[in-house]
Amino acid sequence: MSGLLSGVVGAVVEAWAELRVNKLRVLLSLIGVAVAVAALTAVVGLGSLAEQSTRESSEKSGGRPATYTVSAYSQGATELDPVLLDDEFRETMSRYEITWASENLYTTRSVQLPGGLTDVSAQVVDPEYGEMHRVAMVEGSWFVAGDEQRMAPAVVVNESLWDTLGRPPVASHPTLLLSGTDSVTGVVVGVTAAQYAEEAPGLFMLPSTGLDLAPLSQGGFTETPQYEMWLPTSAGDELSAMVQGNLTAALGDEVQVDVARSDYAAYAGDSDPFLPIKLIIAGVGVLVLLLGGLGLVNIALVTVRQRIREIGVRRSFGATAPRVFFSVMLESVAGTVVAGAVGVMVAVLVVQNSTVQGFIAQGSVDDLPPFPITAALLGLGSATLIGAVAGVLPALVAVRVKVIDAIRY
Amino acid sequence: MPLIRLEGVTKTVPLADDATLDILRGVDLVVEAGEHVSIVGRSGSGKSTLLNILGLIDAPTTGTHWFDEVDVSALRSGARDRLRGEQVGFIFQQFNLLQGRTALENVMTPLLYARGRRFWRRRAIAAEMLEKVGLGHRVDSMPHRLSGGEQQRVAIARSLVRDPRVILADEPTGALDIETGATVMRLLDDISSDTGAALVTITHDLAVAGLAARHYSLDAGVLSAAGRGSGLAGPSTLVPAEAPPAVPAPVLTPAAPPVEVTS
Repeated sequence: MSGLLSGVVGAVVEAWAELRVNKLRVLLSLIGVAVAVAALTAVVGLGSLAEQSTRESSEKSGGRPATYTVSAYSQGATELDPVLLDDEFRETMSRYEITWASENLYTTRSVQLPGGLTDVSAQVVDPEYGEMHRVAMVEGSWFVAGDEQRMAPAVVVNESLWDTLGRPPVASHPTLLLSGTDSVTGVVVGVTAAQYAEEAPGLFMLPSTGLDLAPLSQGGFTETPQYEMWLPTSAGDELSAMVQGNLTAALGDEVQVDVARSDYAAYAGDSDPFLPIKLIIAGVGVLVLLLGGLGLVNIALVTVRQRIREIGVRRSFGATAPRVFFSVMLESVAGTVVAGAVGVMVAVLVVQNSTVQGFIAQGSVDDLPPFPITAALLGLGSATLIGAVAGVLPALVAVRVKVIDAIRY
Repeated sequence: MPLIRLEGVTKTVPLADDATLDILRGVDLVVEAGEHVSIVGRSGSGKSTLLNILGLIDAPTTGTHWFDEVDVSALRSGARDRLRGEQVGFIFQQFNLLQGRTALENVMTPLLYARGRRFWRRRAIAAEMLEKVGLGHRVDSMPHRLSGGEQQRVAIARSLVRDPRVILADEPTGALDIETGATVMRLLDDISSDTGAALVTITHDLAVAGLAARHYSLDAGVLSAAGRGSGLAGPSTLVPAEAPPAVPAPVLTPAAPPVEVTS
């Protein structure tokens, strides 16, 4: 046991001394590995940021997993009463204690703008919609509970409409005249960030009570909203089926109630929707690392040939072949582990840099993911592995050194 | 009980044209513990091959080799390596100090392959050994900062640091001037006597060989004992100014057959 311990410690001491003596060579050979590990780790780290950006972008449009859209329409002669639908939906939500639910009516509203009365796209939603769809604000705030009690309805405009209004400070309570059958002056409480460039002017409103704000241009067309529920992924299907059954029973046989999952994860089935991105990122990383490893093998092979005499002298002191193999391997592994640690640190600094994050996320990420531990472990693991692989060839060369020839070399 | 015993040792190497070259022919040699033996011979006479066999670096083609009554040809490679590390100290003509390492680190190196207390106390043991060879003040010097004589003294300290039972010196003064060579040889002789290690010196320098108690000459692979009357200088005659020529006198080469190339 003592022999084994002194053997292992001896090999480590030997490897470390070799690294210390050949600082410049080691440094040069390991720069490639450190850069490769930094690149691999940074690519994986940035990949997770890009993935989060894509995920959040998907969640903004389709909702977070698992979001279900509830829609209903009449198959009979009479139209479905939107008020009845709204009452039944909210009662159902209350019965099943579903707190994350929202009306979602895509429509238009006529707004008095500097250029005259203009139809702009509008979404009538509940305050919960903001969290369910990760609505990001650039000014003011999203709706809060109690906003529906306001005499002057709260309105959240998008950045494009805000620009049209002349970007008035939200704190100054800018107003908008909304005209339909009824007219009302709304107060802008917040401005949402543009989801894409050239976004058309639009606004969000809470469901209005007792006011018909449907534009006259719609010609009295009844606005029947859809609804959304954000359910736990595990219980979503079961719960949504119960909601569907309950609403069908409440609204009668003539009404068709559809409940369907609408978030991005629903379309992917069991497969990972980000798998292609992940594969591309991993492929690039592995290529970069292989290049670094090739450089290391190259330098290590040249170096070991220059060390033949030294290896021969060590053999004459009693170094066994396995010991020489282990020592040369260990030099490579010890070096690459240090290079890997440096590479991971560089990668963390790059990925956590706010400028880089801003560039990758393009302002579309609310929950900036922490630096992925898996990326750091992957970087260190790859460095160790590449050190071991790159160490095998020179170690084999070292073991094959003939002591007699080496000493006379 | 002899420390080293060679009986009928031959060494043959194959040549490119399927011929073979006989390097050693039926060598018999006995080295007792603590004695100083010299082997002289011309270049190409097989001296280094014999030294490599004695030092367990090379194996004979035929014949037997006992080390401390153990037949070393029966040992596996790892056991031979360990036996070499524990029992044999090497001194080379070109010193072969490890560059980039201080004198102390060089002397510590063999102890990296030791076990137990000697491994863990390697720094103290190495410093003590450097003190013994008179280099206590140069422990932190790099090899290129040391003179040739100092480098060979470091190499002597390194060869002795594991308390070997035999020191094999291959042309230990070959790279030194006559005066320094004489000083180094006296040190080597004294220190090996102190530690009780046998010293086998292989050289073509008769003055160096003259320090030994027993002398052999090697010519064309044949080893023969050379007596006091063989022209070898005795210890008292090792005076640099009177050093004999580097090439041994003809009297050292008995009528041995020349190296034969056999197909």
